[in-house]
Amino acid sequence: MGAAVATHWTVHSRRFEASAATREPAWVRGILIAIALAFFALFLLLPLVTVFAEALRKGWGVYFAALVDPDARSAIFLTLLVAAIAVPLNLVFGVSAAWAIAKFNFRGKQLLTTLIDLPFSVSPVVAGLIFVLLFGAQGWFGPWLIEHDVKIIFAVPGLVLATVFVTFPFVARELIPLMEAQGQEEEEAAIVLGASGWQTFWRVTLPNIKWGLLYGVILCNARAMGEFGAVSVVSGHIRGRTNTMPLYVEILYNEYNFAAAFAVASLLALLALLTLVVKSLVGMAGPAADECRSGTLKGIP
Amino acid sequence: MSAGAARVLPGFPLALGYTLVYLSLIVLVPLSAVFLKSATQGWESFWVAISTPRVVASYQLTYGVSLLAAAINAVFGLIFAWVLVRYTFPGKRIVDALVDLPFALPTAVAGIALTAIYAGNGWLGQWLQPLGIKVAFTPLGILVALIFIGLPFVVRTVQPVLEDLSTELEEAAASLGADRWQTFHRVVLPPVLPALLTGFALAFARAVGEYGSVIFIAGNVPMVSEITPLLIITKLEQFDYPGATAIAAVMLVTSFILLFMINGLQAWANRSHGGG
Repeated sequence: MGAAVATHWTVHSRRFEASAATREPAWVRGILIAIALAFFALFLLLPLVTVFAEALRKGWGVYFAALVDPDARSAIFLTLLVAAIAVPLNLVFGVSAAWAIAKFNFRGKQLLTTLIDLPFSVSPVVAGLIFVLLFGAQGWFGPWLIEHDVKIIFAVPGLVLATVFVTFPFVARELIPLMEAQGQEEEEAAIVLGASGWQTFWRVTLPNIKWGLLYGVILCNARAMGEFGAVSVVSGHIRGRTNTMPLYVEILYNEYNFAAAFAVASLLALLALLTLVVKSLVGMAGPAADECRSGTLKGIP
Repeated sequence: MSAGAARVLPGFPLALGYTLVYLSLIVLVPLSAVFLKSATQGWESFWVAISTPRVVASYQLTYGVSLLAAAINAVFGLIFAWVLVRYTFPGKRIVDALVDLPFALPTAVAGIALTAIYAGNGWLGQWLQPLGIKVAFTPLGILVALIFIGLPFVVRTVQPVLEDLSTELEEAAASLGADRWQTFHRVVLPPVLPALLTGFALAFARAVGEYGSVIFIAGNVPMVSEITPLLIITKLEQFDYPGATAIAAVMLVTSFILLFMINGLQAWANRSHGGG
């Protein structure tokens, strides 16, 4: 796999750079590369560098003090907790939806696929609002919840619900095209040879989709830990109780405590960088490997 | 598998059933709450809530700046994808990996970072301010934030299509006497166009609903730099639930229309891409 992966990065550019007919003059190439790199530096690199520069502006002492503050620690804990509930829920859903959609034919399949993508096109603020309308004090279930002393909005369950909503499609949309491309012959063979449904899933399907699954999960996790708009609506911003890390960053920032805000933000930026590293590692070894196993390559129907 | 054939694989009723129940509970029922709640408040008050000058100004700002940001991303995203696919240069792998940064970086982090850069005393703000260019706390700041979050949509939609183009057509065009620019816009651009439009639409749809990266840099002055999602939050904080719901319904309807258009564009892109 290694050799095939390494060439992926250069194969396209080499192909086009090989002949004068598919190559631009050197000065055009230079200008285009310069434009792309300037855009990259201005819009991607500079914000990333700024996070760390601002976080360390007042030195490492202030930086670490901001991170071990009890409010910061409870925000970190809450963020991990919410992701630890939301990601597995969407993981199970994603596998189940992909199994139904990719391995079987039924009416309304296209519609179902579109509906699964729906949360991506809904504003995070609206995503938070819908749960306030359902479970808030004035919501549909509000009076019942108050009567039974159950808190959803301005409490952890609300944060989990909003996070599950915004990260809903990640795993499913990663697995559906992959499992569709792989077809169902291998699973059918296992069943015919006497394997049970679960055995087939664990021993045949899962090994085939593990990279795609990992890919979906890390993207889902990054969004779950970083979500701001939706959780902002349902959180109530109670310090030490319902503040996730992104919400805590906002509070510190609005209090002009910039060093601390950027210190907490830098943890989230590190998480983002880690996500990108894992993503490009999986992207090199992963979907390609999954697809090669099934004998199908991207772009070939 | 043909419709009549017996299903060999097990688990279809369970998988589909679970999918439908979970989808309904998490997405469909909650979303329908917006429309049912809007319907109960009566047309008159609904119309007032979605058409006051302050709300209309926020639509103009949100949709206008989102459109501009998506257009800028379409141009630079195409150049970016082109450079990544066609040329080799040092650091290309890192540049390629970091294109996804706006997907991975929490929006609030992006928001405060961009504000720090473009504020009057910021790295770029201190140079732009004397020139009379105010970015932070103006609609221009909103544009910067929306360009940031939209860029990967265009690059990642266009990139695979550029990778799959064959060299033969371009060689044929060159041998028939076309110059490089003619080849680009007559031979290369047409098959890329559906993907480019899809990327543009995805970037636009994302920008319209964006909240976290915008509110820090926007300044949030009513009628000037107040985006629609923020207005929903403001109404909620004033306990004006019907008002917030009505505006949310407008945003949802436009999201659905956009999703429908994007689906159409993607189908078109797949057809022309698959055929090539």
